[in-house]
Amino acid sequence: MTQTTLRNTSPKLDKERIPRMFWGKLLVWGLFTALMLLLGIKLYQTTLGPVSRGTAPDFTLTTFGGDSYTLSDHKGQLIVINFWASWCGPCELEADALEQAWRQYRNHGVMFLGINYVDTENEALAYLKKWGVTYPNGPDIRTSISQDYRIKGVPETYIIAQDGTIAGTVIGPIEYNNLTNALDLLLNQ
Amino acid sequence: MMLALLCAIYAATVSLSVARSDRLKWVDSARNAAIAVWPLLTFACFCMTYLLINERFEIEYVARVSSHAMPWYLKATALWGGQAGSLLFWAWLMSTYTALVMLRNWHNERDMQPFVIASTMTTLAFFIGLNVFVENPFTKLWIDQSGHIQASFLAPPGAKPFVPNDGQGLNPLLRHPGMIIHPPMLYLGFVGFVVPYSFAIAALAIGRTDNLWIRVTRRWTLIAWLFLSLGLLLGSRWAYDVLGWGGYWGWDPVEIAAFMPWLTGTAFLHSVMIQEKLGMFKRWNMILIILTYALVIFGTFLTRSGVLSSVHAFALSAIGPLFFVFIGITFTISLTLLFKGWNRLDSENILTSWLSREGLFLLNNLLFMGILLACFWGVIYPIISELVTGQKVTVGPPFYERTTGPQFAALLLLMGIAPLTAWRVTTARRLGKIIWKPTVFSLIFPVYALTTGTTNAVALLSLWLAAFVLCVTLYEFYRGASARRKATGGNLLSSLWNMIARNRRRYGGYVIHLGVIFMAVGIIGIEMFQAETQGTLAYGEQINIENYVMIYNKIEEFDTEDNRRVTRAIVSVYKDDKFVAELYPRRDFYVDSQQPMTIPGLYSTLEGDFYVLLVDWKPIGTESATFKIYLNPLMNWLWFGGFIFILGTLVAAWPNRGPSLYRQSTSLSVNPPDIVL
Amino acid sequence: MFRLLASTGITSLLIFYCFGEVSAQDAQPSDDEVNTIAKQLYCPVCENVPLDVCGTKACAQWRDDISDKLADGWNEEQIKQYFSDRYGIRVLAHPPTQGFNMLFWLLPPVSIIIAWFLVLRTNHNIFRKKHMYKQSIAKQVRAEEYIGQLENDLEQWR
Repeated sequence: MTQTTLRNTSPKLDKERIPRMFWGKLLVWGLFTALMLLLGIKLYQTTLGPVSRGTAPDFTLTTFGGDSYTLSDHKGQLIVINFWASWCGPCELEADALEQAWRQYRNHGVMFLGINYVDTENEALAYLKKWGVTYPNGPDIRTSISQDYRIKGVPETYIIAQDGTIAGTVIGPIEYNNLTNALDLLLNQ
Repeated sequence: MMLALLCAIYAATVSLSVARSDRLKWVDSARNAAIAVWPLLTFACFCMTYLLINERFEIEYVARVSSHAMPWYLKATALWGGQAGSLLFWAWLMSTYTALVMLRNWHNERDMQPFVIASTMTTLAFFIGLNVFVENPFTKLWIDQSGHIQASFLAPPGAKPFVPNDGQGLNPLLRHPGMIIHPPMLYLGFVGFVVPYSFAIAALAIGRTDNLWIRVTRRWTLIAWLFLSLGLLLGSRWAYDVLGWGGYWGWDPVEIAAFMPWLTGTAFLHSVMIQEKLGMFKRWNMILIILTYALVIFGTFLTRSGVLSSVHAFALSAIGPLFFVFIGITFTISLTLLFKGWNRLDSENILTSWLSREGLFLLNNLLFMGILLACFWGVIYPIISELVTGQKVTVGPPFYERTTGPQFAALLLLMGIAPLTAWRVTTARRLGKIIWKPTVFSLIFPVYALTTGTTNAVALLSLWLAAFVLCVTLYEFYRGASARRKATGGNLLSSLWNMIARNRRRYGGYVIHLGVIFMAVGIIGIEMFQAETQGTLAYGEQINIENYVMIYNKIEEFDTEDNRRVTRAIVSVYKDDKFVAELYPRRDFYVDSQQPMTIPGLYSTLEGDFYVLLVDWKPIGTESATFKIYLNPLMNWLWFGGFIFILGTLVAAWPNRGPSLYRQSTSLSVNPPDIVL
Repeated sequence: MFRLLASTGITSLLIFYCFGEVSAQDAQPSDDEVNTIAKQLYCPVCENVPLDVCGTKACAQWRDDISDKLADGWNEEQIKQYFSDRYGIRVLAHPPTQGFNMLFWLLPPVSIIIAWFLVLRTNHNIFRKKHMYKQSIAKQVRAEEYIGQLENDLEQWR
């Protein structure tokens, strides 16, 4: 009795199984390809360094004071973008150099923007006050700017040429002479 | 040193000769070559250890992970303290496994042999290849005329060897006894799965559908699984002792990456029994072992490629893309073979009842897969989210707790029922007859808990589950032993002993279950009843947490020989107004790497742990210090359960002493003691 | 089993805290109150380490921020909202359940249910032919068990 039912059902099952098998296979391969694709893209992204070439990613920065600066509005101007945070020790090494450079070059049409990465407002303002920073600074809301520039840490500084392309990337604290040399070069072009 | 390179070339020729292994006479040569990889890699490992111990800082790897101040044993274990060295170590362990497999007798499995060699050696060659071409631990440091220091194997033109005065030293987090043995255990677990996988692939490749591959690899699988479990346990103990967050498991992506193969491995160990007994689930077992192996490789990829960032992850490295390709190739081959053999692997039996052992095992497997899915999704989702929405997300514990919690509870329930059911079919009445006694007995525990003031329904339920499984398992031991006593006479204990000795696999399994229950008790304790508090105290001040009082006595600061600046507080702990312990929570500041470490003070009883940390929320000084205290109830049960768990696995995996199995035991008995001790 | 229902744990903790701190509205909030919230947040600077145990300076600042906000009378929800608005949703241990992230929360339960359904469906014949099997196989099993027992006994007497 048992045996006959078994035998009766199995061929029918096999016939049903063929298309089912096909879809199953397709699904498995599909999922596998999707996973590999995903990992591949992620892997590619992790091997990319910070943005160093081409058009600088556009962003709008709202400063602590409430003004807003959009990068694309300042085309034709030389722009220095500095990522920093109050909890970052090396940032303090460059704070003064940046401020000095800003004071020297603001009349030459150079724009400085400080982007405050993952910081609390109180601490950030205290830091700005401590170093007497006068150029516009604002928080990086939802870390979207730093993600676009793929920063690996703070401080990082990007120099954006008049045509909106990235002219220089400095990882780690920037030195006053290096910065002014780079700016001079770009201004005299 | 150059021999490492030779070794890899050798392995490559092995794989090559294996490719032609259809011809039988080549198989023996391939086998010998496969065995020869082991001494060569052993030599490479030995050289590396020698270099590490003798402070040969001209080697880049030595300069990076070792330093003069480190004691010799730490220098030796620095072999697996960095990317390159641990890859070498990994390859060495894998070659140990494969050499042992090759040394066993191949009488019955001659036709599988070439494919087993091919698949193990390809994997091995891949790892050695990585070691030689991408992450070579033997690269030297060179300095060129401009004073620029670089690392390469051969001298760059115009450069002179460079010998730094001291190395950077091992990451302080890794300088813990638990961390010394945790990675080898984990690696042994990971690597061990290559054996059953290779046999499965060989079986698929030659079209065998019987259980041979499972019978041959059963013990290998158990040993791999044993080491993996041990690795996970040691890892959690390490986290508990060193990471200083009062917990043992943080659902960190890397932890999960190691946990996932364990899940599939455990499911495999269960469902394999059904195939052996009834010839069912053949495809499923193939899928499981392929999945386990894939997850091992995938986990290694995740931690080593820099795709994930985590406390445990290695630094960014160039091996990512190679790993990626390797995963793609192995998985594609496995899947193709699986689909080719799909129809041949038809089940010999069909499921007749859910209330049978195989039915419940199927449910058990489903639950394991469910947990796996949740874990996998949690690890992979942040990547998807970043790609789709551009926003990063963090998948924290809440997700895992919600998705896996109920499934773990269901697993516990199954663990209680399944041992009582018979193969094929069990009637509800028969089951009821056996089960009512332990069930009633187990109700005592939650009722007792209720009377002592536990009102949390979830906690009570999980406590009951644990008690239920405990009663059932003990009852099973009792039933078996008393049946045996009836048959043979003698006292209950000796019949219990004989019974276990006779059916080690089964009762070893039950011992593992007991271990799991104790662990579950510990986990229920810490997860549901953990209490914490924090406060800043001055000398003589006290802080209360539940029925404990802690008084801050003193703080002292001193330097140690191995370049640590230690800040140590002395506190007294009172429980119910009685003095119980003096504890020394401390902060070690590693001067060379500028890294602090927080070591807890721990007063540990079966009832629970009093875990105190010195935290630096506010500056630590003589006036005041901030303490964070956790009460982790029943925590010790987790470690105790882990111990039982390992014991049970050993019982189940211990080689049989009988002439019929003599062959297997000789090849195996060499394995665990050599490596454990 | 692992951290089953964190919420229950948190509520019990909350009860514990309330017990210790009743009138903490305008005074400086206690560390425990800060920790309750910090536990549920992750600072991007130390990935995968919850804020309450992370040792970096950035995290210390965040905890101070939480403390200040508590002192200003913010509640837990507001603080979490503030942090996720400002630093992105990745600071939350519990990703939000709206928008694309719905997928995240829905996929595991849905696919597990589908898997169970499929398995039950493939083996649905169990329910149909239960009786036939039960009789024939129960007999067979009993016989097998008996033989097994017999063999076992014989072996022991040997």
